[in-house]
Amino acid sequence: MRLPPGVNAKDFSDALKQFSEAVGKDWVFTSDEDVNLYRDAYSPFWHEDEDPVPSAAVAPINVEQVQQVVRIANTFKIPIWTISTGKNLGYGGAAPRLSGCMVLDLKRMDKVLEVNEKNAYALVEPGVSYFDLYRYIQDKGLKVWIDTPDPGWGSPIGNSLDRGGGYTPFRDHFDAHCGMEVVLANGEIVRTGMGALPTAKTWQQYRYGFGPYIDGMFSQSNFGVVTKMGFWLLPQPEGYRSGTVSVAKHDDLVPLVDTLSYLMNSSIVQGTTTVGSPLLMSIARSSGMGGAALLTTPKSPSIADLEKIGQEKNLPYWNCELHFYGPSKVVDAQWEYAKEKYSVIPGVTFQDGQSLRFPLSADQIEHVPKRQFGIPNLTVFGMMGRTEGHMWFSPIIPMSGEAVFEAQRVFGQAYADMGVPPAETTFVFPSSFFPRSFVVLCGFPIAHDVEKNRKNRQIFKRLVEVAAQHGWGEYRTHTAFMDTVANVYSYNDHALLHFHETVKDAVDPNGILSPGRCGIWPKHMRKAKA
Amino acid sequence: MRYARIFLLVALSVAFAAQAFAAPDESQLDRGHRVYQKWCYPCHGPGADKPGTASLAARGQKPAVLEDRTDLTPAAIKIFVRHGVLYMPTFRKTEISDADLDAIAAYLTRNNKK
Ligand SMILES: Cc1cc2nc3c(=O)[nH]c(=O)nc-3n(C[C@H](O)[C@H](O)[C@H](O)COP(=O)(O)OP(=O)(O)OC[C@H]3O[C@@H](n4cnc5c(N)ncnc54)[C@H](O)[C@@H]3O)c2cc1C
Ligand code: HEC
Repeated sequence: MRLPPGVNAKDFSDALKQFSEAVGKDWVFTSDEDVNLYRDAYSPFWHEDEDPVPSAAVAPINVEQVQQVVRIANTFKIPIWTISTGKNLGYGGAAPRLSGCMVLDLKRMDKVLEVNEKNAYALVEPGVSYFDLYRYIQDKGLKVWIDTPDPGWGSPIGNSLDRGGGYTPFRDHFDAHCGMEVVLANGEIVRTGMGALPTAKTWQQYRYGFGPYIDGMFSQSNFGVVTKMGFWLLPQPEGYRSGTVSVAKHDDLVPLVDTLSYLMNSSIVQGTTTVGSPLLMSIARSSGMGGAALLTTPKSPSIADLEKIGQEKNLPYWNCELHFYGPSKVVDAQWEYAKEKYSVIPGVTFQDGQSLRFPLSADQIEHVPKRQFGIPNLTVFGMMGRTEGHMWFSPIIPMSGEAVFEAQRVFGQAYADMGVPPAETTFVFPSSFFPRSFVVLCGFPIAHDVEKNRKNRQIFKRLVEVAAQHGWGEYRTHTAFMDTVANVYSYNDHALLHFHETVKDAVDPNGILSPGRCGIWPKHMRKAKA
Repeated sequence: MRYARIFLLVALSVAFAAQAFAAPDESQLDRGHRVYQKWCYPCHGPGADKPGTASLAARGQKPAVLEDRTDLTPAAIKIFVRHGVLYMPTFRKTEISDADLDAIAAYLTRNNKK
């Protein structure tokens, strides 16, 4: 059996006995067969020693058991890596950052504690998936919407603690949360916001409570184990409509995005909007360049040539699909208003999209893009072809046309400088996953091939550095790159990371919680890492 | 490489599949159906938006929907679920217990020739 780092066999075996007493022996996993299920199914370290393998896993069913597990781990100084649903594929799956950590698997804590239709919120446990919460709401006939990321098998808690995103007005999942319950490294329970009032009546309605607002410190961190979280829901809107705006010239992207930004910041356009390029996508497909066609490399055709192809084939250089949610009259008026705003761009064209009223019929549900209406599904995996997984490089850039041009140029040049074709990477166009900025999503394929993965890891690291040189940083990252990414958030000699480390030492002096998460290491592991 | 290993395991497992097969009672099939709907259907159900089905169809597998198959063995199904294949990940026992997996296997092999 693998031992946790810094723990001897006798202590580990004593601890395992105590874990079994706390949660029941069926819920402590130690055999290779069971523990291997916690490895990252999309590991960029396939067949390499660095591939993180846990020593064991423990799965409590309620918060009291979580407290006991954490206390035992603290006594024996056993590092534990917490997961909720553990479907963090593309960013590390269910695996810890460090081999030998035990996984604290909260999947069995799967109760929807409350869904309040009047105030439109939910309170859930960590093991509740988007599928579960959606089903619960449907079964009860409640008129509220959740927001789901592309894969519906993750959880509101796990996803939002990694600060993931979705598609409807509540797409910024961490921002949509209200109130947390957290078990600290010493086993103590803390409730944040109004939850600190023993008789709280507005835990899921007012976020801040009194005093410092600390919820953010439990996201992308290792300061506590979150056991409950509230989320704001969208009252089922009366209607929805979409419309696509298309422009012909390269430089038209600037006014296209400026107007998008205005419409989004004014809450006229809501939800995630992705900038697209029918022209570049067509070239990507016909040239076999794949997503690489979206970058500007020294070998790319000139803008004038591209515009000519666009004209000949009647393909817009850029477009974006706008989404409107609300009363039917209002969404129609909003689309009219958006068209008015965009009509200043010479040659702009508009295409009406879907116009819907809710609730949708069962048949309609089968034929709409489900994610746009908070309906969990796994359709997105279809874009992966017959591949063995991928990891995401996902920098945040400003929401402007100029920034998109710069990103195309900078990443294109970075590939040229490395002397590798960007062919394998799937570059997706910038999306407004989060308000006020764009995220650029680039999928790096994972292969069960050591050399390929090694090369891709090098490219990934280089892109992180190049992005940082231009003022762009990842919104989250795979466990394999957490140190690399934390390292570029280095303003004033890494003052922010030093602050995190100070907090870490104070709230988790034995360093048992998720060591290395987002580059935050406990004191005794900091030197070894450097 | 992992793919090759899985096929080896599948081939081996066919040998003892017959004896592993015990006539499941109705509630076992119901349970299998329920767990399948929850964990497998979103990828393996019918329709172009189901990526597992699309992938199997692209490979030339007929029928491509797992529920319509009569050639899968319980042992093979279990190996795929616990080892994964392509981007289908492994499933942990907190997600699908061994008993749930037995039920899925019984459900997906319900129409096999006995
Ligand atoms: C094809 C594809 C498409 C994807 N699309 C999206 C998308 O649209 N949007 C998106 O956001 N992501 C997307 N992802 C990434 C990822 O799959 C999802 O974000 C997923 O929801 C994360 O897994 P999870 O919800 O099970 O969280 P978990 O794996 O449970 O948690 C994620 C991490 O958060 C921390 N954590 C979890 N629970 C706790 C807790 N209770 N206490 C303390 N720390 C905790 C842990 O460090 C854990 O590793 C995609 C991935 C793939 C492969
Ligand atoms: C994320 C999508 C996804 C989910 C969820 C999923 N699978 Fe799969 N499954 C796939 C893909 C992709 C393949 C490989 C298809 C191929 O070979 O092209 C596959 C293959 C299989 C195969 C092998 C079929 C063959 O003929 O090679 C079996 C059996 C299987 N899955 C069973 C299951 C079961 C049972 C579940 C639920 C517990 C499940 N899958 C859940 C995507 C998924």
